[in-house]
Amino acid sequence: MSKRIEVNDLFVYYGDFLAVEDVSMTIEARSVTALIGPSGCGKSTFLRTLNRMHEVIPGARVEGKAVMDGQNLYADDVDPVEVRRQVGMVFQRPNPFPTMSIAENVLAGVKLNNKRISKSDANDLVESSLQAANLWNEVKDRLGRPGSSLSGGQQQRLCIARAIAVRPDVLLMDEPCSALDPISTLAIEDLMSELKNDYTIVVVTHNMQQAARVSDRTAFFNIAGTGKPGKLIEMDDTSTMFSSPSQKATEDYISGRFG
Amino acid sequence: MAVLSPAKTKQNSEDEPAVKRSKGGLVGRLFHGLSAAAGLTILLTLAAVAGFLVLRAWPALTASPAELQEISWFRADSLLAYVGPLIFGTLLASVIALLVAVPLSVGIALFISHYAPRRLAQGLGYIIDLLAAIPSVVYGLWGALWLAPALNPIFEWMTSALGFIPLFAGYQPPAKNILTASIVLGVMILPIITAVAREVFLQTPRLHEEAALALGATRWEMVRMAVLPFGRSGLISASMLGLGRALGETMAVLMILSPGFLYSFFLLKPGQHQSIAANIAAKFPEASGLSVSALIATGLALFVITLAVNMFARWIISRRSEFSGAN
Amino acid sequence: MTTLPLTPTPAVPTGPGRGAASGTSGRTRLQRWVPWAVAGGSVVVAFLVLLVAATPTVASVVALAAVTYLVVLTVVSRVVEGPRWATDRLATTLVTFAFGIALIPLISLLWTVVSKGAKVFGPTFLNTNMVGVFGDMTEGGVYHAIVGTVLVTAAAAVISVPIGILTAIYLVEYGRGPMAKGITFLVDVMTGIPSIVAGLFAFSLFTLIFGPAYRAGIMGAVALSVLMTPVVIRSVEEMLRLVPNELREAAYALGVPKWLTIIKVVLRTAIAGIVTGVMLAVARVIGETAPLLLTVGIITKVNWDLFDGRMTTLPVYAYNQYSQGGAGVDRAWAAALTLILIVMLLNVVARLISKFFSPKASR
Repeated sequence: MSKRIEVNDLFVYYGDFLAVEDVSMTIEARSVTALIGPSGCGKSTFLRTLNRMHEVIPGARVEGKAVMDGQNLYADDVDPVEVRRQVGMVFQRPNPFPTMSIAENVLAGVKLNNKRISKSDANDLVESSLQAANLWNEVKDRLGRPGSSLSGGQQQRLCIARAIAVRPDVLLMDEPCSALDPISTLAIEDLMSELKNDYTIVVVTHNMQQAARVSDRTAFFNIAGTGKPGKLIEMDDTSTMFSSPSQKATEDYISGRFG
Repeated sequence: MAVLSPAKTKQNSEDEPAVKRSKGGLVGRLFHGLSAAAGLTILLTLAAVAGFLVLRAWPALTASPAELQEISWFRADSLLAYVGPLIFGTLLASVIALLVAVPLSVGIALFISHYAPRRLAQGLGYIIDLLAAIPSVVYGLWGALWLAPALNPIFEWMTSALGFIPLFAGYQPPAKNILTASIVLGVMILPIITAVAREVFLQTPRLHEEAALALGATRWEMVRMAVLPFGRSGLISASMLGLGRALGETMAVLMILSPGFLYSFFLLKPGQHQSIAANIAAKFPEASGLSVSALIATGLALFVITLAVNMFARWIISRRSEFSGAN
Repeated sequence: MTTLPLTPTPAVPTGPGRGAASGTSGRTRLQRWVPWAVAGGSVVVAFLVLLVAATPTVASVVALAAVTYLVVLTVVSRVVEGPRWATDRLATTLVTFAFGIALIPLISLLWTVVSKGAKVFGPTFLNTNMVGVFGDMTEGGVYHAIVGTVLVTAAAAVISVPIGILTAIYLVEYGRGPMAKGITFLVDVMTGIPSIVAGLFAFSLFTLIFGPAYRAGIMGAVALSVLMTPVVIRSVEEMLRLVPNELREAAYALGVPKWLTIIKVVLRTAIAGIVTGVMLAVARVIGETAPLLLTVGIITKVNWDLFDGRMTTLPVYAYNQYSQGGAGVDRAWAAALTLILIVMLLNVVARLISKFFSPKASR
């Protein structure tokens, strides 16, 4: 069951440095939300606060609320590890575990958590996850090969399969195609539109065409200058954002006048 | 069909809160604590080393000269007067070892980093590293039984041709003098200095090197303009690390040097010098009571000296490096 | 003396002269074969000179030829190519010689140990101890010393490997701020502890607790672990830092807690490097002599009990046999050979492990 996230007055810090200022937005369930904006505007930083990956970096902290299904992710009694099980993440560069085979990579979320799983359940999970990631047909004969033996695009789909094998409600993608060639990019984009039937997807991209192609809603982040915090400028349906944005900065960015 | 439906597999997600506190937190904190405790043992060990040495050296540090005189081998007015020539011998041997090793190491490191063919460089590095793998007792054997006879004709020539310089006067075979011991020490610290120097030279920014070459510099001029200035502080700290190692080396000195307790610059004469470490190893097996304390007191002096040298080296390194960790 | 090597110079195509002012690329350089010719000439000259003046030996011919080569090549280069290139050639020669000089101790040492050690080295030597061996008897062996070395070193590894790995984990994964900085500094300080001081420490510690006559293998093991722990920490730390952060993040994003990520991802990825580092650390301390001389001592028979009584170890055995002289010297060489073989074996296995078992980088 995919879930909707409401973010209220979120401030993100690295130590004393305010990286992202006062973000409030609603991320709808069963849809793709794209975060766009120039480099350094804090869109990736913001994305990482949604599954509390942000605090992995020493000194990083967050103020404000991110509410998923009535539960504030930043409430005192919430374990960040538990949040990450429900909000999966795919990174900019494909990062399969080099010591594991393709199948083991898919099962990583289960195996690394010391959970017991029967052999047939494991096989089912590998197959369903890989099929969900549109990778099954390409790798079904070599599940025992190392994950790093795949091409970049296949590795990224393997990482998606690994993320959805934990059965998250939300899937965060941090520029998932920036390290890939155009054909692999297309495959990932197709996959996103399939996955949104079951998951809430948030994708950071610097490719505006991609945002226009895959997303239902788009949020534009901007930064006033170096050293200043990033800000959410506006958020709307993707078609509105790309045809008639309400803010001048959004229009400038989308029409390519800066960034 | 191909797409998983999370709702089908997670029945309990309806009636439980979306996120809950995990049971793994305790184990995680335990693991964190365990690793921090391991880190603290380092502190404890060092404190224990210093503490126990002081504790056991205390009787000798506080003993009257008359009491110290009762030790059969103790022929000095005070502990300080006893340890003085030992410190002198230790420093002399180590400094000569440095004089032998540093120029050679720089040459070898340059050869590996900038002169030898790229494909060979790593293999050549391994060969030098082999020198570091050889146990000190083997160096002792080699120095006493191979190198000393091999140096004999050279030393004879030196003392007859250069004997007017006091440094080289009065050679008596066999070559169980401090110069032989220092040469062996030099060989032993050679791989340490070379390894650091090699790393530093390889880190020279390529742009600097290419800039020098683009100005029409020869390879040597490039090395002098770009590589050596860049590696200077690295070389100093590498030498300090080598010095620290040479100061504490026991076996090579013990097995080669014919000992004496003088402040003497006769490098070729036997029976003039002794190092702290070798002196302890020579006397310790037969020592008991106060003599053990006296030897441990000399060990304390060695500990302090090496500590100072190493800290100085690390200080230079830390001033230079701004490397960041994985995180 | 310079006549012989000089003969090739007229063959340089653009003829004599400095060519320094000759513009873009017209500088006269020595042909590639000239240094080789000079080298060959130097050897011949050195041999001839020594034949007249003294008796030539390999060492003296090589030494004189090296000096001749150095001087002649520099002079030739200075005349033909100009001073800048002459300095460059001189530097190249000196740097190459430096490497050659470093090979002298290595080769002579290995050769002496092998040739002298082979005299009594063999299955019997490895299989007997020193009980009832005295005077000029050439029997006796190192079985008890091998047992002692293996036991003491293994005990040292048992102490320092867990501490070392955990400390490295702390420094890389958890450590922040002054405490981590302090520990890093102390590890550096600990690396510099002279081995004999480590021996004195173990001696002080145990004799204070168990009385002045106490001697046991465990004393040596504690001394060695003081020397070994910082080495283990350093190499494990290096290996852990090589594990890309992306893998840690990948695991965190799957909802894996930090401690499981460290054990199952970080350590698993770095395991080959860690094993290699540990083996190299073992190889480093297995040859330590001085601390064992002070604590473990020597005995003629096998002692399997780490906690009671003296034990013989290979390095102390070698030293002891050397200092007794006579037939002992042969046994000292053979023990040195045994020790070197063990150390080399450890080194080779360590390198093979890191070569074959480290995960291939994903890109």
